[in-house]
Amino acid sequence: MEVRVVKDILEANEVIARENRRLFEQEGLYVLNLMGAPGTGKTTLLERTIELLKDRWRVGVLEGDIATTRDSERIASHGVPVVQINTGGACHLDGNMVRGGLGALDLRGLQVLFVENVGNLVCPAEFNIGEDDKAMILSVTEGDDKPLKYPLMFQVSSLLLLNKIDLLPYVDFDVERFKEYARRVNPQIEIIEVSCKTGQGLSDWVKWLESRIAQKVK
Amino acid sequence: MHETAIAQSLLEIVKEQALLYGAKKVTRIRIKVGALSGVVPEALQFAFEVLSRGGVAEGARLEIEEVPSRIRCEDCGVFEGTPFLVCPNCGKLAELLSGRELEIESMEIEDGGEGS
Repeated sequence: MEVRVVKDILEANEVIARENRRLFEQEGLYVLNLMGAPGTGKTTLLERTIELLKDRWRVGVLEGDIATTRDSERIASHGVPVVQINTGGACHLDGNMVRGGLGALDLRGLQVLFVENVGNLVCPAEFNIGEDDKAMILSVTEGDDKPLKYPLMFQVSSLLLLNKIDLLPYVDFDVERFKEYARRVNPQIEIIEVSCKTGQGLSDWVKWLESRIAQKVK
Repeated sequence: MHETAIAQSLLEIVKEQALLYGAKKVTRIRIKVGALSGVVPEALQFAFEVLSRGGVAEGARLEIEEVPSRIRCEDCGVFEGTPFLVCPNCGKLAELLSGRELEIESMEIEDGGEGS
């Protein structure tokens, strides 16, 4: 016998993501899901950002990693609470893994939570975790054709950070072509060019972030 | 790589539905996978085959309907097979009609307990 089912395969994840979102609402917490390929600069961006924010906002971090605690140690050295989520081989964070990580983090008093996803340009895009915004970071060494090759990641992100722009003189990366591709796959995406090494553009990123935080945090 | 997690979620739904219908065995599962979903059908097939072993869906045929991406521009009409959300003709914002699907449609079961 044939039975009709018609269900979103990721429905179970959506349910947990909604529960996470309710918890974040309750706590008045702004949550950003940061995604990008390995080596693109996710942890470095967070380290720079924490230094720029921590006098004004109470910040916490969830670090997703397949293995090792290297990134959490880097974050912890900036004096903010951080919880490591080892995914045990999984290539992305999902709602349930984030929920597990939240158990180890005292949310009371926190205003901003950064979730650093596993380094990967494909899989994390598929899983909501209850975040307010998804942001992606891509460095100029990765090539300007990436919006065409990994459209989903660009489509689900509200913000695109183009990192390592201090390296532009040394690589064949056409910024205008890249932006055009990105806007064709996601016409609403906001793009900010930064260099976490020189600090260029970071004030624009912080401005974007603080306007988002202010909308959520009373 | 995340096809493993997706196969797992799929099997959870299949198990739950099989229980609901009192099915002893699931022989076929039909799903839709959109071209923009980021899922590689072959990888999903493989993950499903491995993860279904020993369960109610062991040996079931997984039929994957690949749904092409389609966008509609209100001036220029419908375009298929593009990753863009703007009209390839006039550049205007287009509406996504399909391509992001990741859905289970139906399944074929044996020994259903409903007398049908």
